[in-house]
Amino acid sequence: MAHESSYVPGNAVEKWIDDRLPIIRWSKEHLMDYPTPKNLNYWWTFGAILAFMLGVQIVTGIVLAMHYTPHVSLAFDSVEHIRRDVNGGRVIQAVHTTGASMFFAAVYIHMFRGLYFGSYKAPREILWILGVIIFVLMVTTAFMGYVLPWGQMSFWAATVITNIVGAIPVIGNPILELLRGGFAVDNATLNRFFSLHYLLPFVIAAVVALHIWALHVPGNSNPTGVEVKSSRDTVPFHPYYTMKDLFAIVVFCIPFAWFVFFAPDILGHPDNYIMANSQVTPTHIVPEWYFLPFYAILRAIDFNIFFIDSKLGGVIFFAGAILVLFFVPWLDTSKVRSGSFRPIFKWFYWLFVANFVLLAYLGSAPAEGIFVLLSKIATAYYFIYFLIVLPLLGRFETPRELPTSISESVLKHSTPVGGADPALAKTTH
Amino acid sequence: MIKTKAIIGALLVSILFAAAPAAAQEGGHSTPEIKKEPWSFAGPFGTYDRNQLQRGFQVFREVCASCHGARLMAFRNLSEPGGPEFTEGQVKALAAEYDVADPSVAGGTRPAVPADRWPSPFANEQEARDANGGALPPDFSVIAKARGTTQPFPWWILNYFTAYSEGGPDYIHAVLTGYHEPPAGVTVPEGMHYNEYFPGHNIAMAPPLSDGAITYEEGETGSVPQTTDQYARDVSAFLMWMAEPHLVARKEAGLQVIAFLLLFAGLMYLVKRKLWAKVEH
Repeated sequence: MAHESSYVPGNAVEKWIDDRLPIIRWSKEHLMDYPTPKNLNYWWTFGAILAFMLGVQIVTGIVLAMHYTPHVSLAFDSVEHIRRDVNGGRVIQAVHTTGASMFFAAVYIHMFRGLYFGSYKAPREILWILGVIIFVLMVTTAFMGYVLPWGQMSFWAATVITNIVGAIPVIGNPILELLRGGFAVDNATLNRFFSLHYLLPFVIAAVVALHIWALHVPGNSNPTGVEVKSSRDTVPFHPYYTMKDLFAIVVFCIPFAWFVFFAPDILGHPDNYIMANSQVTPTHIVPEWYFLPFYAILRAIDFNIFFIDSKLGGVIFFAGAILVLFFVPWLDTSKVRSGSFRPIFKWFYWLFVANFVLLAYLGSAPAEGIFVLLSKIATAYYFIYFLIVLPLLGRFETPRELPTSISESVLKHSTPVGGADPALAKTTH
Repeated sequence: MIKTKAIIGALLVSILFAAAPAAAQEGGHSTPEIKKEPWSFAGPFGTYDRNQLQRGFQVFREVCASCHGARLMAFRNLSEPGGPEFTEGQVKALAAEYDVADPSVAGGTRPAVPADRWPSPFANEQEARDANGGALPPDFSVIAKARGTTQPFPWWILNYFTAYSEGGPDYIHAVLTGYHEPPAGVTVPEGMHYNEYFPGHNIAMAPPLSDGAITYEEGETGSVPQTTDQYARDVSAFLMWMAEPHLVARKEAGLQVIAFLLLFAGLMYLVKRKLWAKVEH
């Protein structure tokens, strides 16, 4: 956001640095003075929570890598060695594995917040697209990380998921062999996954930097969806949002610690405590919970579509479910940004949320009986929401009247109004 | 407005969730639900019962260890805090009773020392299968975490709030006490045994425990029943310790961390409230 720098070097040393590398000036502008809408609700704290989680994962991951051995005959035991013999290893390892789950929980909330409040609309399309890229990188990193303990689920998840690539015509098989480093998941696969699992978080960190850069150009969106009009609408990022975000991070750490210390294995699968064995297939191969909605979509396509066989069809829908997110800024034709002012949109939105939860459940259920039909319906709605509802709704829906500014909306809501939208009411404590 | 929507949505979702498994279970094979047992190490305040772990070790050593390995457990673990807590002298004497492979000594084996890992009963997988009618007795190091139980919807949701992590010992206890005659019309293949809780019901392992098979020493706290159920309970607890030897320390740390976070969150809330008091928002 364009604003005058208020930084004055405090002493000769700061002045000397400022003339050469104005990093303190930059920090003051972007980490402290950055004008932020004053009506952000707690859903907006998940950005900071995610930055915190990325830090947690990188730090614990670096320590784990000091003790881990990426070899098919040693990997399983080396993870147990961390849990049993490394000082504090049980906690570090649990923070990292549970941390992956908490990271995804936070990223889903962050994404759903963006979808509700229309955070992807102009001029924030690139901001949104960078976010989707981060999500794709996270999925890849988490998948590779899950393979490293070399348990039964690690091995079979690696086999099933890499197989997906093999369904692509012509180039599928060469890519599959490149991914696995051979014809089957084996030591070469484990080694390259370890290498990439260590690399990708730093790529994520770099894209996060771009994501924040793209945020700081137009500034934050806000629950009303009305752009900032004057400095009355904003507060400096520090201390207002640094302290609010820190409070949210601490609260977020409570369930995180609950899982780490009291149920570190509850989010995983017991089969991963059995060492990988290519001769024994587990009865149910289930991915981690955060992949379940997409896994359900992959499995829902069990029929051929013209010349496309069901396997390739599943892959197309699976990839499409993520790729469609890149186009959301242009699929949503509504001029109104925030879902709070779109009476019909809300219905479709909450149905989409419920549908996503249902997909997660279906991803964990065996592919039999009524689950098969439900998976197809839920998959259909996932795409209908993006490809039909969002483009058409903008044309037919009559939005509610928008406040002229953030300040006006804040003043209106600070006196209790009956029947106010809770999404907005939350912003007034 | 949003509330009614949320309620309708929640109802819709829960109907779907409740209906789906009911429909799916029709015609499925029937394994009775495994009961949650009251374990001393369950929940945030859980801790191992030292006497139970010592009894469980006795069951493991006298019965299980003749076929099942425990390659990740070192003798020294048996004297570490939070476990069975045998004295160092006891562990030294115990280790000396076992021979471990060591290519650097004459003859290739030597008596074990506390730093050694528990020796496996068979040299390799083939030998283990040959001795067990083709079946491979799994290693027991982390078996208590490699097994689990499932609860029907919606009860499994509660597990996240009770921190239920005892599916392994519940399953082991159920299998050890789940042997009985097959129901009418069910034939068990030769060399197999009927077990109510084992997936598929046919288990290669013969019933390993029977009432009075192991003689417990009289403890200070009075005598413990010498029944299959008690043996199964004790050895399940021991296997849980073997899979998770630092459970007690981990939970103790957890209580401190959560107490700290609650306090920190309270203080941060006050900071945030005071700061924002002057801002209309």
